[in-house]
Amino acid sequence: MFEEYKNLWVYIEVMDGKAKNVGLELLNPGRRLADQNAEKLVAVVVGNDVEHIAKQAIAYGADEAIIVDSDIFDYYDTDLFTSAFESLILKYKPSTLLIGATNNGRDIGPRLACRLKTGLTADCTGLDIDSESGNIAWTRPAFGGNLMATILCPNTRPQIGTVRPGVFKKGTKDDTRSGRIIREDIVIPESVRKTKLLEVIREAAGAAVNLEDAQIIVSGGRGLGKAENFSYVRELAAALGATVGSSRAAVDAGWIPYAHQVGQTGKTVMPKLYFACGISGAIQHLAGMSSSDKIIAINKDPNAPIFKVADYGIVGDLFEVLPVLTTEIKRMRGA
Amino acid sequence: MNILVCVKQVPDTTEIKIDPVTNTLIRAGVPSIVNTFDSYALEQAVRLKEKYGGAVTVICMGPPQAKAAIRECLSKGADRGYLISGKEFSGSDTLATSYILARTVARLEKEWGAFDLILCGKQAIDGDTGQVGPEMAEHMKIAQVTFVSEVLSVEASAVTVRRDNEDREEIVQAYLPAVVTVVKSAAEPRFPSFASIIDTWDAEIPVITPADIETGGERIGLNGSPTKVKKTFTPQFVKKGVVIREKSPKDSALKLLSLMSDKALV
Repeated sequence: MFEEYKNLWVYIEVMDGKAKNVGLELLNPGRRLADQNAEKLVAVVVGNDVEHIAKQAIAYGADEAIIVDSDIFDYYDTDLFTSAFESLILKYKPSTLLIGATNNGRDIGPRLACRLKTGLTADCTGLDIDSESGNIAWTRPAFGGNLMATILCPNTRPQIGTVRPGVFKKGTKDDTRSGRIIREDIVIPESVRKTKLLEVIREAAGAAVNLEDAQIIVSGGRGLGKAENFSYVRELAAALGATVGSSRAAVDAGWIPYAHQVGQTGKTVMPKLYFACGISGAIQHLAGMSSSDKIIAINKDPNAPIFKVADYGIVGDLFEVLPVLTTEIKRMRGA
Repeated sequence: MNILVCVKQVPDTTEIKIDPVTNTLIRAGVPSIVNTFDSYALEQAVRLKEKYGGAVTVICMGPPQAKAAIRECLSKGADRGYLISGKEFSGSDTLATSYILARTVARLEKEWGAFDLILCGKQAIDGDTGQVGPEMAEHMKIAQVTFVSEVLSVEASAVTVRRDNEDREEIVQAYLPAVVTVVKSAAEPRFPSFASIIDTWDAEIPVITPADIETGGERIGLNGSPTKVKKTFTPQFVKKGVVIREKSPKDSALKLLSLMSDKALV
């Protein structure tokens, strides 16, 4: 039915001249799916001066890369980038397109899918091939993480999905891999632009809380009891050089700004260490942090669901446990 | 300003629990609410109306009981609301839903004139896709800005907004008409006054049916939906972690640190 549609594409999003991690991550499952369907894995890079990113994508497993390289693509723009992808897709007819579920990925995905009148599955956390039909089986959380759904796009191509950052690990980089880099000069009239970027504020208040890239996060929840008690969390975070996170309950109570919220309606994080202090572990919270490498939970309630995902769980009073941890860690680090 | 707000009635997913025996969603007793992010969109719309004048129209696709969501919007400052309802619409995925909404906009514009701004929440808390807003903008061939935390100003032909983009904020200007999808922001949704609740209690809410928007059958409902749900299941979190419960909290803390240093984690 779709003989002319071939190959699995991964969009490598570029920001500030660097590939976003999620694009490189997606080359890993992309490789597996492409091999299973006997297709090529193609990285697509749209930006300004991006040949080095195409090479990086090949080192991470792409067979080849298509680059659209021009100063008009220096910064993301919905209309310009959608038009670029539309031209590429009409020309090359990929069977599948994976897009990182960053804010820009979730901006372009629906715009593009709608233009092509094809199906898009949002914010996937699982990627497989449906054995009956050969379609990609896109698995994603819904209902605030309470339910998982597996979605197929059987009748239209390409099948497109946005995939949550941090779910897949990057593959091993092999700089000796080689692959063709195809340059596509796409001319798009400026008139397609419907928006204008006036200013980029990098030191924004909310942006200072960079939970996504944090190596260690110490989060507090309802168990803290009041805003002032966030000091227990902040002090442990300071001793560890960690970023402060929180559950939705603590944000809703007004104890800490929304920028700190981890979970389905906040940030998705995947640090090496995640401390959950006084967080019961509602599924919405677990949805945002269960991919962390090691999870440490401190909670009075031995039945709290957070213990189901914890590598180490202390059943106890956080007001007594946290100060000891803080003091001891300071001592260890000082020594 | 002629503003349209798209809202969805959703189960309050923060109240949903999993039945530990059957591993299925317990939906009984879970209240239906206006999608959290849509209520922020409505608040932005009402503030713009208060600043620039004009009217706020709300549309909501869903079963007849979704009229309750529209009434809530009317009590919080919307001027009129329409329910989009009909069995032909059911089973619509985001592509079909956005098409239905775009057709509805065209239909309402005959009556109320062209909309300058269409506001939506960044995503619904049940489907969590965030796709309907941008897909609507594409069906209508108009500008979109997603993840907006604040509408800063509206001029004759453009709107200026603050957009959240992970480690940064962007100030973006979009030509009107535009679709803007909003995140939670400082503009907290207002509580309706008792009088406004009474006033809107029995407000008439017109229903837009498939016949009203001339959609044909191929682009709506299951037929118009390229994505199909293959299966659903409840997520399992089972990790065999170490539970530490020493005689005192202090001992527990020390035990944790010793276990963690064994693994070179601290």
